[in-house]
Amino acid sequence: MSDAQALLRANDADANTLLSVRGLTKVYQTGAVKVHALRGIDLTVKRGELIVMLGASGSGKSTLLNIIGGLDTPTTGTVTFMGEDITDLRPSGLTQFRRAHVGFIFQFYNLVPSLTARENVALVTEISQNPIAPEEALRMVGLGERIHHFPAQLSGGEQQRVAVARAIAKRPNLLLCDEPTGALDSRTGVQVLEALKTVNEELGATTLIITHNVGIAEMSDRVIRLSDGMISEEQAMHRRRNPSELSW
Amino acid sequence: MVALFSALDRKLLRDLWRLRGQGLAVGIIIACGVGIMIMALGSLASLKESRSTYYDRYRFAEVFADVKRAPDRMLADLREIPGVKSAETRITRIVTLDIENLREPANAQLVSLPDEGRPRLNDLIIYEGRWPNPSRSEEAIISRAFAEAHDYHPGDIVRAVLNGRARDIEIVGIGDSPEYVWTLGIGSLLPDDKRFGVFWMRRQALERAFDLDGAFNNVTVSLLPDAIEQDVIDEMDRLLAPYGAIGAYGRDTQFSNAFVESEMGQLVAMAQIIPPVFLIVSAFLIHAILSRLIAVERQQIGLLKAFGFTNTEVASHYIKMAIVLSLFGVIGGLLIGRQLARLTTHIYSDTMRFPEIVQVIDSTAYASGTSAAIFAAVLGAMSAALKAARLKPAEAMNPAPPTVYKRGGLLPAWLLDRLDEPTRMILRHITRWPARALMTVFGVAAAMSLLVGTLFAFDSTDEMIDTIYYRTDVFDAAVTFAEVKGYDAVTELERLPGVLDIEANRGVYVRFRNGVRTERGSITAIPSDSNAKRLLDHDGQVLGVAEAGLTLSSQLAEMLAVDIGDELIVDVLEGNRPTLEVFVTALTDEYIGYSAYMDLDTLGRLLGETRVFSGAYLVLDPDRAEAFSDAVLKRPQVASVALRSAVIDTFNETLEDTITIMMTIYSLIGGAIAAGVVYNAARISLTERGRELASLRVLGFTRGEAAYILLGEQALLVLLAIPIGAVLGAGFAHLIVLGMSTDLYRVPYALSPATRGFSALVVLLASIGAAGLVAQRIRNLDLIEVLKTRE
Repeated sequence: MSDAQALLRANDADANTLLSVRGLTKVYQTGAVKVHALRGIDLTVKRGELIVMLGASGSGKSTLLNIIGGLDTPTTGTVTFMGEDITDLRPSGLTQFRRAHVGFIFQFYNLVPSLTARENVALVTEISQNPIAPEEALRMVGLGERIHHFPAQLSGGEQQRVAVARAIAKRPNLLLCDEPTGALDSRTGVQVLEALKTVNEELGATTLIITHNVGIAEMSDRVIRLSDGMISEEQAMHRRRNPSELSW
Repeated sequence: MVALFSALDRKLLRDLWRLRGQGLAVGIIIACGVGIMIMALGSLASLKESRSTYYDRYRFAEVFADVKRAPDRMLADLREIPGVKSAETRITRIVTLDIENLREPANAQLVSLPDEGRPRLNDLIIYEGRWPNPSRSEEAIISRAFAEAHDYHPGDIVRAVLNGRARDIEIVGIGDSPEYVWTLGIGSLLPDDKRFGVFWMRRQALERAFDLDGAFNNVTVSLLPDAIEQDVIDEMDRLLAPYGAIGAYGRDTQFSNAFVESEMGQLVAMAQIIPPVFLIVSAFLIHAILSRLIAVERQQIGLLKAFGFTNTEVASHYIKMAIVLSLFGVIGGLLIGRQLARLTTHIYSDTMRFPEIVQVIDSTAYASGTSAAIFAAVLGAMSAALKAARLKPAEAMNPAPPTVYKRGGLLPAWLLDRLDEPTRMILRHITRWPARALMTVFGVAAAMSLLVGTLFAFDSTDEMIDTIYYRTDVFDAAVTFAEVKGYDAVTELERLPGVLDIEANRGVYVRFRNGVRTERGSITAIPSDSNAKRLLDHDGQVLGVAEAGLTLSSQLAEMLAVDIGDELIVDVLEGNRPTLEVFVTALTDEYIGYSAYMDLDTLGRLLGETRVFSGAYLVLDPDRAEAFSDAVLKRPQVASVALRSAVIDTFNETLEDTITIMMTIYSLIGGAIAAGVVYNAARISLTERGRELASLRVLGFTRGEAAYILLGEQALLVLLAIPIGAVLGAGFAHLIVLGMSTDLYRVPYALSPATRGFSALVVLLASIGAAGLVAQRIRNLDLIEVLKTRE
């Protein structure tokens, strides 16, 4: 074991580390062409951290998010979550992992149209061990008033805030957001980011936001840039700014 | 103008390939419908053709009459009747047979052949052997079914009791005649080839055996093309009345022909009732598939219209798709139907003794099957295709507005509040598209009703056996005398080994008249307190025979349009042939035939007879039944013996042979509908909710939890459909009971919980199987794609 690897292992054992990614590669075979989506990623994420991951289309950021979130498996390398290697898990184990630990926020909200805002949140709290009450989760994202509305009766920003409430209501250790403001204008985008900031601070959920919107980076603790399947730049932010101060 | 394989047609074929699972489900349902239609109509055509070929080639008579004894010279008079083409007199008799290895007595119908050559009417087809030699009196041709049942061949000997004397008859040939295409065992409701056969012997031999020299007791005639049958019948009755005629009758009531006719009627009923159910369900499924396809292809439709495709072209594209889809089912149905028709015709040829089955390619059946299926498909496609035609191009190119759900609606809030979210999703989805849910319920209910409506036949048969053999005819044996006898014949029977109890009866042939309505029939006279034959009223309560007046079967009362308290004129066709005026005092419900009953003493008084009997019902010691059988055969006065146990055994054997195969066929058919409906509904639901379910899977829902949301809806609808289907099926059964009832027999309506349960089980298993196939697809939901795409 090299010194560098030994140091990394020591870091992984650190009680403050939520997630560590080591030597992660992902190769997709499409027909005769091999696509190297990830070419060796090493990353350590601390508890409570809010990380923004930037990169152009095809840089590999979504692939990384999918593997960390237990939706996909790597070609080589490991993902250790709270001391457990999740890359060895079978599909049912990954489901349990997502169910217990991960909150997802999608670009297009993906709410259940036949359930009201409150019911969409309750959908997740019903299968969680120690959830926040749906009403409380909705209040945290500033939607205390509209809990009995169906998705079709809500604006895009409101729908995305319901999605945030749904993601955080189970008190996830890890909140994964894939272009959470991608479908929103900047004013409503800010409302969603405010909500994310609140839950990060109040619940201490480690938050990973992927976006190609550079402006969002300033609300994070750390910015990671991906290009061509590798981490090209990593930058710690000295001061997290409020979403209301951001512009794009 | 669209070319044969335009780009649009290629899209059509690819779309169909993509939808192949659903297409297959619809195809199977159409194939079943068309197949059953072809089977029923095809075997009907084959049977009709086989029958008419047989009847024509072997000169089946058209009018038949039995007399007690008429002199041969009457034949000339009969031939003179206007309209008569040909007439032939015969001697016919039922006798008992003493067959080794057969516990119970068997009976034979003896029919005379002319002493020279072949019969003019009701000619025989000889399968094996030769015609009897006129100079040798103990030779016979026997019917093929009976020969096969006992493995008899020319040269074998059968012992028969003719007029009290046991005679060894040599079988010289195996043959059949159009008069006995369908035979029933004595006292039985089913063919009983082991215990009933037809023996054809030369006239001289029978004249001698039954003291009928220079006389006949049966005549058959054929008619000229322009003859009026009823006129001939009336004239024959007039001429033969002095000789103990009991009324001439046409083919419509000739026993064998009437049964063949009623079997054919059942095929017609089958072709009319079952295929429409399949085709309606297929129309619903095509409607659902195309509606969904058009929703998915909304933007493509907009694009096509933007390119300049007309509304008609767009609509006909989808209608064409439905037609192509149905054609696969039609082709399958034609192939299946052809095979099934052959199979059915061969099954029928076991009970209907045709010398050859003429396989007819019934082009009308094929054409009607094909056009009915295509019509149903077009009907199903119509509203979806019109919707596609009505889409405005600009509007269509935008995504469809999101589905709006409302709180409350059809479901009460107190119920919704008590449910978990997945269940709430299921209920909201159902109530959001109630028409679609109704179609699924209808489809599954149709499957259930088809099962109940066909399998009830077994309950009905059980009920029939129970009523006839355990509640009405509670005697162990029925003996008929060759002719009416005094009480000493009864005492003689009573002394036979194994007889515990005996009850004599008297049957007399009569003609009932009420105004213009007349019916040939007979009156059975039994003691008013009969223990052997119990008449039942409409509610199944024992009625007993009234001491005065007539007890009529409800069927006969209906045919004569009389009710209790009405007076009926009865022409007795025996003895002094008196005409009586009798009141109808009670009605009894019976399944077979149309009978009339009277108290034994009352009838005797009306006829001026004292203690004259034509047969007896016996109660036997089960341990000595064999000794009874041996002894009864030797009694000269006995014409036929029917043992209840043998009749019931035949019934059960026949049922056992058919029950498994019929239940399998009906289960496959019913199961195919249920599976097709559930599979389609679940697949459509999956395309609509795939994204939703994938999102839930990302959020940590297990496959089982996702499957619950997808399939819970179908499960709920299936559970709802089963009781509805059971009720519809009971209605179906009632219709079939009505449709199958003829003057000859009525089918009771009976439906056991076991039949309902079995049907429900088949529907459930088929639904679970279909749902399982769709559940497999939840495994393949693309969880990554869902993060990225907007619906």
